[in-house]
Amino acid sequence: MLVNFFFELRKGGVPVTITEFLTLLEALRAGVAWASVEEFYFLARTTLVKDERHYDRFDRVFAEIFNGAQKLFEEIVANVPDEWLQALAARTLTEEEKKKVEALGGWEKLLETLRARLQQQRERHQGGNKWIGTGGTSPFGANGYNPEGIRIGQAGSRNRRAVKVWEQREYRNFDDTVELGTRNMKLGLRKLRKFAREGAADQLDLDGTIDATARNAGMLDLKLVPERRNAVKVLLFLDVGGSMDDHIRICEELFSAARSEFKHLEHFYFHNFLYESAWKDNRRRFSAVTPVTQILRTYAHDYRVIFVGDATMSPYEITQPGGSVEHWNKEAGSVWMQRMTATYPRLVWLNPESPQRWEHTASVRITRELVQDRMFPVTIQGLDSAIAALRRPMGRAGWGTLMRASEPPPPP
Amino acid sequence: MTERFAGTDRYIATDDLMMAVNAAVTLGRPLLIKGEPGTGKTQLAQEIARSLDRPMFEWHVKSTSKAQQGLYEYDAVSRLRDSQLGDARVHDIANYILKGSLWEAFESATQPVLLIDEIDKADIEFPNDLLRELDRMEFYVYETRQLVKARHRPIIVITSNNEKELPDAFLRRCFFHYIRFPDEATLQRIVEVHYPGLKKELLAEALGAFFQVRETPGLKKKPSTSELLDWIKLLVAEDIDPQVLRSQDPKKTLPILHGALLKNEQDVHLFEQLVFLNRRVR
Repeated sequence: MLVNFFFELRKGGVPVTITEFLTLLEALRAGVAWASVEEFYFLARTTLVKDERHYDRFDRVFAEIFNGAQKLFEEIVANVPDEWLQALAARTLTEEEKKKVEALGGWEKLLETLRARLQQQRERHQGGNKWIGTGGTSPFGANGYNPEGIRIGQAGSRNRRAVKVWEQREYRNFDDTVELGTRNMKLGLRKLRKFAREGAADQLDLDGTIDATARNAGMLDLKLVPERRNAVKVLLFLDVGGSMDDHIRICEELFSAARSEFKHLEHFYFHNFLYESAWKDNRRRFSAVTPVTQILRTYAHDYRVIFVGDATMSPYEITQPGGSVEHWNKEAGSVWMQRMTATYPRLVWLNPESPQRWEHTASVRITRELVQDRMFPVTIQGLDSAIAALRRPMGRAGWGTLMRASEPPPPP
Repeated sequence: MTERFAGTDRYIATDDLMMAVNAAVTLGRPLLIKGEPGTGKTQLAQEIARSLDRPMFEWHVKSTSKAQQGLYEYDAVSRLRDSQLGDARVHDIANYILKGSLWEAFESATQPVLLIDEIDKADIEFPNDLLRELDRMEFYVYETRQLVKARHRPIIVITSNNEKELPDAFLRRCFFHYIRFPDEATLQRIVEVHYPGLKKELLAEALGAFFQVRETPGLKKKPSTSELLDWIKLLVAEDIDPQVLRSQDPKKTLPILHGALLKNEQDVHLFEQLVFLNRRVR
């Protein structure tokens, strides 16, 4: 049973190792948790899950396995002869509780309701919605009857509460496929940092000082080094207007996160696709434009380039001269994009649309080809992959290949 | 197993937190605690020490901290100075070894509680440098060629604010618990523990207003348990009538003494805008 649980967890995407599993067994043997599913659930979670983002996956697997056991039990209960239950109740119930049972219409009625309820529940399971209804026999809880065990008169309510704990799926938000806030973005972007010492030498270099002093026959010889600074340079291109209005919030967050993380950050706006010019201020987008040729000239090829846009438009806006919706462009957008990728080998495109929709939009496919498959969704995982891609020059694996590689191999 | 941690008179622990602590204590593994700021991560270690009556050692990690500093430091500079002044102490290197909190915890006569606070503040390699120390509870002092071993495996509580990903190898060795933001019932118990005998109505009204503030979408920093406690302290100190809280529609005015709940000007501004909008709609 537990080995099965272990493999189900791994299948469910919770990265559990054998060591952790052995720790769980060790804890069980030491008697940390016993005789309660709730305790077992808490113990298993604290030993096997090491990241709150995986809590939700863990809960799902746990519910699956627990429900399996529960379903089996319900079938048994539904087939138990009435006399058995009555005999058991007579043995374990107090006088007071028996009176309560009578108040609810006597045993016959109670059992009938229970049967009907169980039947209903099984049907609901068959209907495929396993998240609701497992704890639904609550009227019986008052009498100490609960479908998780025939513990008449015992503290069974604890169990029912536990069912809720993992079925509520309160940790849903923490799964790392959800979109992220500024803090998470900053953390993601921070991985791009590259430290270099530059500027005035104003920090004591202890190792150097000791070394120099020793060479100096013990007379102090102070050595100083410049402070370490983040030396990464970033060019950010943001799509504004049109279909991007739905994603304004996430773009703002990304922009503010990037602003605070990089000293050398230059940003430009464009509409739908990059043509011969971009602009820095949306209020003066027609009067103060920067020609892209000037951008290509000004910023050296060691700049990392991040495009943010949904790349959702008519394919002609990319492939045809004059395709732009706003003005007459002499050269097609794809030509300008090729110039960008040629100048900046470290370039990615972040797409706030969900990857499921990418395949169905022709313009997204074309853009992906133009950036050599370096298009990533704006999720924690996507941002991480994008940053990883930015660390090496073009020509290596993009999001599509990464996703294919991370899929588990087919069963033999 | 004789002792179990079950919260204290000053600290309300939920069932899952108790289980995590007890499992870590029984098996002698470090316990990694994560959670929103202000949910009592650091306090947990102090309360474990208090309830199990153990000595407590703290190691507050900063962005400049090195793993070595928790073990010991070799004060090369003062030895250098002493050598130039001709001090006799200079001949024994042990005089310049400064013990870190981990070493002190290892030497404790009874099983201690060691708090490693905000481990995510340090360099990304920091946790990796502590693997052997946390696993075997021993380390080697190269300068004096001495092996320091823990007399009793300390109960180690590590807190993290999630600013950096911790390495897998490190996580494997820890138990993990995420302190969720408490629900209303738990929060009521927490407030009761901190301000016993608080007027029932005041508490109910304050909690209601607090959750309303917390659920406002777009807040930069959601107020947490510690902010609630501060706020209630203020309400009590100012002797605010629960009636005032009730009569205040949070949609129309800023919550009274909001300075304790909202910690940056953008959030206050957001509230003012909401209030303004709601007034205009009417």
